[in-house]
Amino acid sequence: MTMLRRPFFWIIGAVIAIFALVPTYGNNVELRESLLLAAVYITLASNLNMMLGYAGYVNFGGIVFFGLGGYFCVWLMSALGWPLVAATLAGGVAVSALALLFGLGILRLRGAYFALATVGVNQGVMAFVTNFGPWGGATGIYLSPVLFKPLGGPAQALWTIYYLLVGVMGLSLYLSYTVKSSKFGLGLLAIGQNEDAASVLGVPTPRYKAAVYSLSAFLPAIAGGLYFFKGAFIQPPDAFDLQLSTEVIVIAMLGGQGTVTGPALGAYLYEELRGWLLTSPTFSSFQLVIAGGLLLAIVLFAPGGLMGLIYRRWPRLRRILE
Amino acid sequence: MIGLLASLLDGILVGAVYGLAAMGITLIWGVMDVINLTHGAMIVAGMFGVYLLVGTLGVPVYATLPIVLVGGFLAGVALYWIAVHRVIGQPPLMSLLSTFSVNLVLIGLGTAVWGTVLFNVPVSLPGLSLGRYTFPGTHLMAAALTGVIGGVLYLFLYRTRTGKAVRAVSGNREAAELVGIPTRRVLALAFGLGVALACVSGMLIATLFPFTVLSGDAYQLKSFVVTVLGGLGNPAGALAAGIALGLLEGLATPFMPVSWTLVIEFVLFVVVLVAFPGGVLGLRRARAH
Amino acid sequence: MSALLEVEGLSKRFGGVHAVDSLSFAVEEGSILGLIGPNGAGKSTVFNLINGVIAPDAGRVRFRGADVTGAPPYRVARHGLARTHQIVQPFMTMTVLENCIVGACFGRENLPLSRAREAAREAAVLVGLEDRLETLASQLTIAGKKRLELARALAARPTLLLLDEVLAGLNPTEVERMIGTLRAIRGRGVSILMIEHLMQAIMSLSDRIVVLNTGTKLAEGLPAEVAADPLVIEAYLGDPGLADTLRSAA
Repeated sequence: MTMLRRPFFWIIGAVIAIFALVPTYGNNVELRESLLLAAVYITLASNLNMMLGYAGYVNFGGIVFFGLGGYFCVWLMSALGWPLVAATLAGGVAVSALALLFGLGILRLRGAYFALATVGVNQGVMAFVTNFGPWGGATGIYLSPVLFKPLGGPAQALWTIYYLLVGVMGLSLYLSYTVKSSKFGLGLLAIGQNEDAASVLGVPTPRYKAAVYSLSAFLPAIAGGLYFFKGAFIQPPDAFDLQLSTEVIVIAMLGGQGTVTGPALGAYLYEELRGWLLTSPTFSSFQLVIAGGLLLAIVLFAPGGLMGLIYRRWPRLRRILE
Repeated sequence: MIGLLASLLDGILVGAVYGLAAMGITLIWGVMDVINLTHGAMIVAGMFGVYLLVGTLGVPVYATLPIVLVGGFLAGVALYWIAVHRVIGQPPLMSLLSTFSVNLVLIGLGTAVWGTVLFNVPVSLPGLSLGRYTFPGTHLMAAALTGVIGGVLYLFLYRTRTGKAVRAVSGNREAAELVGIPTRRVLALAFGLGVALACVSGMLIATLFPFTVLSGDAYQLKSFVVTVLGGLGNPAGALAAGIALGLLEGLATPFMPVSWTLVIEFVLFVVVLVAFPGGVLGLRRARAH
Repeated sequence: MSALLEVEGLSKRFGGVHAVDSLSFAVEEGSILGLIGPNGAGKSTVFNLINGVIAPDAGRVRFRGADVTGAPPYRVARHGLARTHQIVQPFMTMTVLENCIVGACFGRENLPLSRAREAAREAAVLVGLEDRLETLASQLTIAGKKRLELARALAARPTLLLLDEVLAGLNPTEVERMIGTLRAIRGRGVSILMIEHLMQAIMSLSDRIVVLNTGTKLAEGLPAEVAADPLVIEAYLGDPGLADTLRSAA
C-alpha cells in the first residue's frame, strides 16, 4: 500500500491518537466531552466535503443521515434489544441504502435545485418521523439506563462511545483521503469542475454521484447512532437540526472545501469560536449571525477556505497535506 | 360541499399572494441564474416592516405597501452589491452559499431582536359574504393588490425600455452587453425588484396570518414549490402556480392536520423538481449561452 | 465492411425548427471527414446527437458496429469516441496533466490511475504541451486551452475524434501547428470527424467532405468535388440564383 508511505497517512493517525489518548490520560471528562463534539463535527464535515468539495454538490440537508442513523440505532436497541455495535452498523447500512434511493431521484438535479431538494428531504423526513408512532412521534424515544449495562455501566460506556466516535472520525478522514487519491475521487473532482465535460470524457456521472451520496451517508449515520445513544434520548428537532447542518457547511467551507485537512481544521476552529461565543452572553444569541457572516466572508474573499490561504502562502505544503 | 368550495376559493386568494412571492424568486433566477436564498428573510422583513410602520408610526395598513416596495427594492440592490456581485461569474454553488449566508445573518439578527414569538398585524376590513361563508376582506384585498402589482410588473417588463433591457439581459447577457446595455446595473435592478416582490408579499401575508421571525422558511419553501411548478424564469407561470398551490392547500386543510400539509409540500417540491425540469406548465425557456 | 461511424436518418427538432433532418453519412476507419456548412447549419447539433448530449428524434448512430443512438455521453466515450468543444471547457483548477489524466482514466481503455499518467503525458506531448504539464489550466492562453482540450480527448486513446472548430481563434502559426498535430494524430490511427470554418485547412486535411445546410446534407464527396459544387457555393454565398447562373455560364 503506497499510502502507508505518504506522510499524511501518519498525520491522520497522529490526530486520532491525540484524540484518543489525551483525555484518557488524566481521566479528563470535560476535555473528552468537548473533543467528542469536535469529533462529531469532523465526521460530519469530512463526509459532507466529499459531496461539496469534490463533486460540487451542496447537501444542505445532510444532517438527515445523522438523524436517521440515530433513530435506527436507538430504536433497534430499545425496541428490539440489539447490541450497540450491531445497531449502529445496521443504522449505517440502512441510511446508506435510503440515501441511494433518495439520491436516484434528486441527483438528477443540478446546483441550487439539488441543494434545495436536500432541505426538502430533511424536512420531509423530519415531518414524517414526527408523525411516526413506532419511533415515538413528536415525543421521541427515551433509552433506559439498563442499556448501558452491557458496556460496563454509564461512566465506562461514555468512554467506550467516545473511543468509537473517535474511530468513526478517523475512518471519515481516511475515507476522505482514500477517495481523493483514487480514480473515483478524480472523477468526482472532474464532476465538481464541469459535470458535462466530465460526462463527455467518460466519467459515469450518475453512478458516481449516487455512490458518493450514499457513501457520505454511512459514517454520519453511525456517528448519529453513537451520539444519540450516548444522550439516551432522541427527538425529531434534535435529530434533524437544520442549524447543525448549516454549521457543518460553514465548517467545511471555513477549513477549505475539497481538502481532507480542511474540515478537520474548520471543525476545530469553529468549535473554539462557538465555545468562546457561548460564554459571552452578548454573543450567544448571535451565533447564527457570526456563522453567516463568516460564511459570507469566505465565499466572497477566500473561497478556498483556510487551507486555500495556507496553500497559497506555503505551496509546498500541498505535497504533504491534502 | 359548499365548505370545500369556499375553502378552494379562499385558497385561490391566498395562492395569489404565494404567486407574488414566487415571482420574486423567478425574476431573479431568470435574469441572472441565481437562486436568492435570502428570499425567506426578505418576506419576514416585509412582515416586520408593515408591523412596525403600523404599530409605531400609525401608518394605515395598505398605505405601507409603497413604502415596503421601495424599501425592499433598495434593500435588494444593496444585497446585490454586497453578496451577489462578486460571485456572478462563478459556479452557482458560490451565489447559493453567499445568499444563504446573508439569510443566516438576517434571521440571526431577527431572532436576537424579536425572539421567536408570534406577531400579528390587526386589520379590520369588511369581508364578502356568500351564504354562510364570509371571505375575509384581507384575503380579497391581498389578492386584488397582487393582481395590481402583477399587472404593473408586466407593464414594466414589456412596455418600458428598462424592462426591455431586463428581458434582454435575462435572455443573453453577453449579447446585451455587446449592444451597450449596462448589465451590472440591470442585474442590480432585477435583484432589487425580486426582493421588493418578496417584501411586498411578506407585507400582504402579514395581513392574512400571524407570523414569527422564523416564518420566512415556510414561505420560502412555498415560493420555491410554486416557482418550480410554474417554470423558472416565468413570472406569469409563477402567479398561476401560486394559485394552484393555494387551491391544493384549500383542498387539503379541511381533511388533514397542518403538519402533514408540510410533508406533502416537501414531497411535491422534490417530485416536481425531478419530474418536471421545465415546470409543470411546461413553459421551457430556451436559454441562449 | 461497415464504416467506423455510421449516421443514418438522424433528425432533431427544437420547437418548430428542424435542426437536423434525415442526415446520413459515414466515417471510414483511418480517414478524416470534414463537416462544413454555413452558420446555423446544425453542425454542432450533429456532434451533440452523435456523442449523446442530445437524444435524436429519429435515426440511428452506429459506432464500430454497436448502436449508440441516444446513449449517454460517458457510454459513448467508453466505446472509443472522444470529442472536443467549440468553447473549450478545461477543468480550471486542475493542472494540464491532471486534466489529461481524467481523459485517460475514463476513456476507452478505462485505465487505472497508475497507468493513466503515462497515457496523459503522451497525449500532452503530442499536442505540444509537454513543458506545461504542471501549469493550471486556468493559466493557459486560449491556444493553450485549445490544445489541452485536444490532449484531454486524445488521452482517452479514442478510435474516433470529433473536433468542433479546433482551429477557431488561433493565429496562422498556431493553425499551421495544429494542422500538423492533426495529421500526426491521424498517423497514429485515430480517425477524425471535424467541423471547421477555415476552408483551406479543412479542405487540405480532409479525405472527404460533407456539406450541411439548414440541417440537411447538401453535398458529399472529395474536397475538390465539393468545392466546385454550385449548390455548395450558393449556400455559402447566399444567392439562390447563383447555382443556375454558374451552371449556365460553365
